[in-house]
Amino acid sequence: MKLFGFRIPMMASLVLWALVWEIVGRMDVIFLIPPMSSIISAGFGLVATGSWQSASLVTVRSFVLGMALAIAVGVPLGIAMGRFRIVDNIFGLWVNMFVSAPLSALVPILMILFGLGETTVVVTVFLFAVWIIVLDARAGVMQVPPSLIEMGRSYGASRFTIFTKIILLSALPEILAGIRIGLIRGVKGVVIGQILVSIIGYGELFELYSRSFDMERFWALTMILFAAAMLLSAVVEHFEKRIEYYAGAR
Amino acid sequence: MANPRLAPTAHPSGAASPDVIVEVRDICKHYNDVEALRDINLDFERGKLTTLLGPSGCGKTTLLKIIAGLVPATSGQIRINGKTVTGPGPERAFVFQDFALMPWATVLRNVAFGLELKGVPQAERNRTARHYIREVGLSGFEEKYPHELSGGMRQRVGIARAFSVNADVLLLDEPFSAVDEQNRRKFQEDLLQLVEKERKTFLFVTHSIEEAVYVSDRIVLLSPRPGRVSQIIEPAIDRSAAPDVIRRDKSYLDVVEEIWQGLRQYAE
Amino acid sequence: MHMAASPDKVGATGGAGNSSSIAETLAEFARRRKSFWIMASLAILFAVWEIAGRIPISFAFPTFFETVTAFAEMVSDGTLVRAYAITFQPLLLGITASAVLGVGLGIVMGLSDKAEWLLAPVFIVFQAAPMAALVPLVTFVYGIGLVAKTLAVIMLALPVIVLNSYKAIRHVNPSLVDMCRSFQGTRVQQICKIIIPDAAPVLFAGLRLGIAAGFIGVILAELLITPTGIGDLITYHRSIANYAHMYAAVASIIAVSTLTLTALQYVELRFLRPEKRRK
Repeated sequence: MKLFGFRIPMMASLVLWALVWEIVGRMDVIFLIPPMSSIISAGFGLVATGSWQSASLVTVRSFVLGMALAIAVGVPLGIAMGRFRIVDNIFGLWVNMFVSAPLSALVPILMILFGLGETTVVVTVFLFAVWIIVLDARAGVMQVPPSLIEMGRSYGASRFTIFTKIILLSALPEILAGIRIGLIRGVKGVVIGQILVSIIGYGELFELYSRSFDMERFWALTMILFAAAMLLSAVVEHFEKRIEYYAGAR
Repeated sequence: MANPRLAPTAHPSGAASPDVIVEVRDICKHYNDVEALRDINLDFERGKLTTLLGPSGCGKTTLLKIIAGLVPATSGQIRINGKTVTGPGPERAFVFQDFALMPWATVLRNVAFGLELKGVPQAERNRTARHYIREVGLSGFEEKYPHELSGGMRQRVGIARAFSVNADVLLLDEPFSAVDEQNRRKFQEDLLQLVEKERKTFLFVTHSIEEAVYVSDRIVLLSPRPGRVSQIIEPAIDRSAAPDVIRRDKSYLDVVEEIWQGLRQYAE
Repeated sequence: MHMAASPDKVGATGGAGNSSSIAETLAEFARRRKSFWIMASLAILFAVWEIAGRIPISFAFPTFFETVTAFAEMVSDGTLVRAYAITFQPLLLGITASAVLGVGLGIVMGLSDKAEWLLAPVFIVFQAAPMAALVPLVTFVYGIGLVAKTLAVIMLALPVIVLNSYKAIRHVNPSLVDMCRSFQGTRVQQICKIIIPDAAPVLFAGLRLGIAAGFIGVILAELLITPTGIGDLITYHRSIANYAHMYAAVASIIAVSTLTLTALQYVELRFLRPEKRRK
């Protein structure tokens, strides 16, 4: 948007909203909304506490493990689905179903299968992230231009070379896009898993702060989480753009 | 001619022609820092088909859209029938390069759309639309959807729609560029017949030299970066001859060659 | 992947087995019918489930047949129907509110740069961020009733619908808008006759995604806020270690959401995309 001839960046409106929040908070309308300034100062206090640090460690660990698993399973499965009709036919139904299914309903089952601990959260992250990674990897492999493969064959490339040098590289932008969306879903997974398990990581802290009506810390924690999610997505997007420079020419 | 020194053909009238319908005066267009058009001055005579021809990047489509009132000029004026243009108007109708047909509407509704926007009652606008659907040779396709038609047929819908609003000036932006070669030739022949029959003013943008020479009364050559008028040619071709004869006619081929000599410096 | 298997096609799968060259017939059938693969992939998963349950891989892992039996029992004694009647209330209310508000806001954001500047970042944050963390908050203000659960649905569904509607409007074919302008269409005509119809398929797809998010929201609400409806079935049967019933409830909500989304996708293809109708 332009104002007085200056271009104002889009995200700048968030500052405006923070200001509105501050005013509403100061007017003391509702205990749920403390002033933004006190949330931010609570945030600095929170970061210094041992309970936040250990909760963050647990959260990051569950997230990284779950995501690593989702990528390790999702990318090869997606590629296999893109290359082999039979794999596609067998898994297609389930992947398409779970990619938009309410997976939060599965968490109670995971809780009895894997106990009220980190394993459940790791599996939740995996389940939230894996399906979109599979679908995008599959789409990437399937839309490799046939002319590129024919080009490779006409120059005498072996099947293996065609696979590694043409198919995988051409599918890379889609695979990365899938991983980016997978990461965002994984963040939701780690939070939903921890909130439902409610005795580990951020889930425990959320439970604690909301029970004791400690709204400053509750919001501080939420904002740290939101900021981390946005940052993560921005980082992957940046990485994706560097890869995409050649994808544009397809 | 607005700029007679650029017209190499022996054109007698240096002053404005008696029956000028579209006047382009000192048109300049900048996109941010890029200069797309510089000092364009042109007159278009009533009832004639004029082609804007040039290599890509010469701003021919931009100029047509400025005349249509779809794109604002940075400076300069467009006058139609002596009135300055501020936006699209009922005396002009535009035919789009990508057809711009509504995929959710039938051929009939697409053709009648210009009249629908003007609030013409349904029965009346459908009658007009059916007439022009017949005119462009699409009878029987009234209830079809655009995706059921070939590229050439879709553009016939676009042309029928432009005719339905009964505008004086038809602006055609590379109307045949998405049509395959055989249909394109047929289309050019049909267009000439329509020009003959409808007695309207046509402004036609193309990048095909043969197409320009074949259909035009007058060809305006534009040079690129920034777009300027470089030459105006009036092919003196006997239109009453059969299409095959015209395409082998000496003067037709000479004009094609002349234009190519003028444009080859811009080829990559 | 189309999951709409009609019953007569499914029935034909069983009949093919009697032929002398079963493999050939099956191969022929598989080539022609997508429903064959739907049946096959269902059968494979259910078989794996049954085997895993028989080993058993965990004391809390019932077999497929136990789960189906439990499901049949819950259907016949009416518990499942009653549970869904409760679960669907906040879901429908929340989705309706999100649809009206979300499509409206999305259209405004798509049409106006100022609205875009003001609102888009907020919804981008809401969509990327784990909104689930905020679900416990609504109980403070709205208690544990229908309003709280409806709000939970809206919190998850609204950002998805808003952003998709906004993108739908921004991606309208600019040439169609130019066409409308060239025939002197007014701004209102432009919006009603070109922009909204052209955006309709994407608007509808956004609604579908919003409904998927709404299902997640309603389940979270029923698990977190207070056990009612299908969330109650899951929590209750878990607490009395009645795992087959619990699994049946979980599987049923996933199936219900999948069927709803598939039906909506069918509606979208059938009615909103005439260019894809002929297949």
